[in-house]
Amino acid sequence: MSRPGFLLSAWPWRSVGYLLTGAVSGVLVLVGLVMLAVVGGALAVVLVGIPLLVVLALTGLPVAWVERRRLALVDLDPASDPHRTPAAEGLWPWLTTRLREQVTWRELAYTVLFSALLWPLDALVFTVALLFPVSMAATPLLMATIGGGRETKVLKHWTVTTWPTAFGVAVLGLLLLALGAYVLGAAAGARAELTRLLIADRDGDLGSRVVELSRSRVRLVDAFEAERRRIERDLHDGAQQRLVALTMTLGLARLDAPPGPLADQLAKAHDEAGGALAELRELIHGIHPKVLADYGLEAAVADAADRSVVPVDVELPLPGRFEQAVEAAAYFVVCEALANIDKHSGASRAEVRGGHAGGRLVLEMRDDGCGGADASAGSGLTGLADRVSVLNGRLSLSSPPGGPTLLRVEFPCEATELRAAAARFA
Amino acid sequence: MLLREGLVGLLARCGHEVVAAVGDAQELIAAVEEHGPDIVVTDVRMPPGFQDEGLHAAVQLRESRPRLPVLVLSQYVQRAYASELLDSGDGTGIGYLLKDRVGQVEEFVDALAEVAKGGMVVDPEVVRQLLRRRRDPLERLTPREREVLALIAEGKSNGAIARQLVVSEAAVGKHIGGILTKLDLPPADETHRRVLAVLAYLRA
Repeated sequence: MSRPGFLLSAWPWRSVGYLLTGAVSGVLVLVGLVMLAVVGGALAVVLVGIPLLVVLALTGLPVAWVERRRLALVDLDPASDPHRTPAAEGLWPWLTTRLREQVTWRELAYTVLFSALLWPLDALVFTVALLFPVSMAATPLLMATIGGGRETKVLKHWTVTTWPTAFGVAVLGLLLLALGAYVLGAAAGARAELTRLLIADRDGDLGSRVVELSRSRVRLVDAFEAERRRIERDLHDGAQQRLVALTMTLGLARLDAPPGPLADQLAKAHDEAGGALAELRELIHGIHPKVLADYGLEAAVADAADRSVVPVDVELPLPGRFEQAVEAAAYFVVCEALANIDKHSGASRAEVRGGHAGGRLVLEMRDDGCGGADASAGSGLTGLADRVSVLNGRLSLSSPPGGPTLLRVEFPCEATELRAAAARFA
Repeated sequence: MLLREGLVGLLARCGHEVVAAVGDAQELIAAVEEHGPDIVVTDVRMPPGFQDEGLHAAVQLRESRPRLPVLVLSQYVQRAYASELLDSGDGTGIGYLLKDRVGQVEEFVDALAEVAKGGMVVDPEVVRQLLRRRRDPLERLTPREREVLALIAEGKSNGAIARQLVVSEAAVGKHIGGILTKLDLPPADETHRRVLAVLAYLRA
């Protein structure tokens, strides 16, 4: 509108179109609403009116539908439909979905506002900013025709009797018309903005999309965890059992074989099978440690500490078990931290501390190593930070050059059943 | 399944009589009631849940029959499982071995015999892992004494330990004396003290 070509562009006409159609459709909506309310209210006594009142509550839907399309006249951004798709086919799911949506009621409010206040405003702006200047600009014409060249009334109010005045009014009318074009543009813009705010998909609905998005991330992580457990189980109950049976057979064969090249070959095969078994065991443990599933986080962390080359003190009194996803994420953070300490820190001692308080599970891994760890340097920590954030947890790392390094994670979670075995282990 | 059949064959081959081979924890308990075996060999993981039903069945059996020797096979080097088992009964007649060990037929059969006799056998892999833990009671032990204790945990006799460390049996005896003193285990029944030392070691 601030551009110089505004007056000559299509926008004043678009604005006029928007306001005019607004005024016309507003009248229709008002009539429709009043009729529905009166008939529905009257018939509500005999119950027939109740469906009509439901229809009344839903009048916002078609009105808003039309309004969103009308927005295209003055707003190049398409206004998307904020409604959700019902979960099932049919009238009843559709009706319950719509009635539960906040936006349905916002649309009804808009409809009432539209029929009571907005369309008269549309009409007023249209009249004042377009009809009045046009009628002023037409003064000489009116004087020449209806007034018979002697007199005419400007805006049906002021009498004009001389030609110079008539042309003066006409020039004033043209100036006002130019000014009116801006008023029309501004009014239509404001009106469209209000409509968009009330009935189009807006930032508030972004919230529900974000929720949906985080849910799908959680589902992904859950699926990922379930898959890990399945692989662990399959390897454990399949390949590993076969390998054990194989080593057993080879062991027995060695007992029977007379000393010689055959016995040597058997011994070699036996050792190889044993080595494969040991490797497979470590692999399975890395995929999903059984102790985590059976005894929980405390035992699993103690176990991880046992495996660490750097001596690790563990102090992790926990009140019970947590969600599988939380336990798994916490466990893998500890493992990653201990692996990093083994590999990079040069620490002589490390500790894992933590506990559960105020609805939060907190774990801190500390070492006396050289520091300088960087979570953003594409290490395993980045992936872990993602997993932690999916569970609304936080991961923070403090590792100044020269050390010490402190890695801290926390998860919002509640402890659940306490298994007798876990208690005994503690 | 596969493993069970293999084990039955192996035990029969080594001159043991297998009175029952069962598929889940309930059946295991029932079979022990029925046959009163000299030793029970079980997996940690068993149907129906494939969690640690076998281990729990073993602990349960030990509660009702503290002297029943039990050898538990596990897929994992896991202190948590070992602790639960070793705490059952009075700590005698217990074995906790990795499944891999079944392949070393002679070692396995020796361990089986040791457990059946009332000894305690802990898998070398578990022992090795525990060696990494340096906690108070064990910090007082010399490296050599720790080594000896580890071998005791594996179910080795004094003679076997002496051979493995290439020292005299008297020297082993001296180390054991040192261990028992440092772990604050006053003289009593010799076998029992060895078990208690291992328990102290494992729980440390």
